[in-house]
Amino acid sequence: MLNIYCPHCGEHRSEEEFHYAGEAHIPRPENPAELSDEAWGDYLFFRRNPRGLHHEQWYHATGCRRFFNVARDTVTYEIHESYPMGARPSVSRDSEEAA
Amino acid sequence: MTQLTLPRAESPLHHADLPALAGQDQKGGLILREERFSALVILRGPDDDPGMRAGVEGALGAAPPTEPCSSVLGDDGTRLLRITPDEWLVFGPGTQRQDLMSRLRSALQGTPGRVVDVSSGYACLHLSGEALADVLKKSTSYDVHMRNFPPGKVVGTTFGKGQAYMLRTDADSVLVIVRRSFADYTWLWLQAAAEEYGLSIAG
Repeated sequence: MLNIYCPHCGEHRSEEEFHYAGEAHIPRPENPAELSDEAWGDYLFFRRNPRGLHHEQWYHATGCRRFFNVARDTVTYEIHESYPMGARPSVSRDSEEAA
Repeated sequence: MTQLTLPRAESPLHHADLPALAGQDQKGGLILREERFSALVILRGPDDDPGMRAGVEGALGAAPPTEPCSSVLGDDGTRLLRITPDEWLVFGPGTQRQDLMSRLRSALQGTPGRVVDVSSGYACLHLSGEALADVLKKSTSYDVHMRNFPPGKVVGTTFGKGQAYMLRTDADSVLVIVRRSFADYTWLWLQAAAEEYGLSIAG
């Protein structure tokens, strides 16, 4: 059971209050009409499945009903940080390797 | 001649006939009272808008709280519960159901604040008694200890297999606000959860 910090409620809540909402930071292509089928398919359906650090979206379903981002390690389940939509993560693959 | 029938309001737990059960067993560890026909209004708007804050303060005597999971008391027994950064639930006694909406609506004219009456969409259950903490511990994963859930705090969390807003009204009681469609489920859940401590109904 994960203990997730909700940046809008300002405290840690148990995982059952949340829904997982997929990989974070996937920009929608500027001009979808100009994209090849393969590139559009990659955007729509293909997701990273990293071993280690993963940035993902969570939805606080029973609380504030808001989406936010979480940086989580898929091996250790450690959560590095929670941050609101639109913000950039302070923990990235590069910063982890430098540390 | 046709008999005229007056419109009849039924609370979410009307079918359970709580008034008939009230007073039967006074020794229960959990005391449940349905806050029948309470006024509930959703208020939405940017929390830093001075016009909206002033309008709400004029209408209710308190500005919307901005601290996460907090609530403030307003005039005439009203209470403003912060749900998200731009959404509040205004709870008031049933006598104010009509009044609350018109007061807020006129006070928010020309501001980005918006209100909608959701009184009939929720069931409000007032829980107290010496087994309150034990029953809540069975019902939710949230830490309901006084140091984590002090009076005035409001949280949206799981309750049974459903969802509820829980407001600690004072040291000994909690107001549980559930969707009207979950009222019967919550009532059955509480009966089962309180079975070992005894359940009293307050009128």
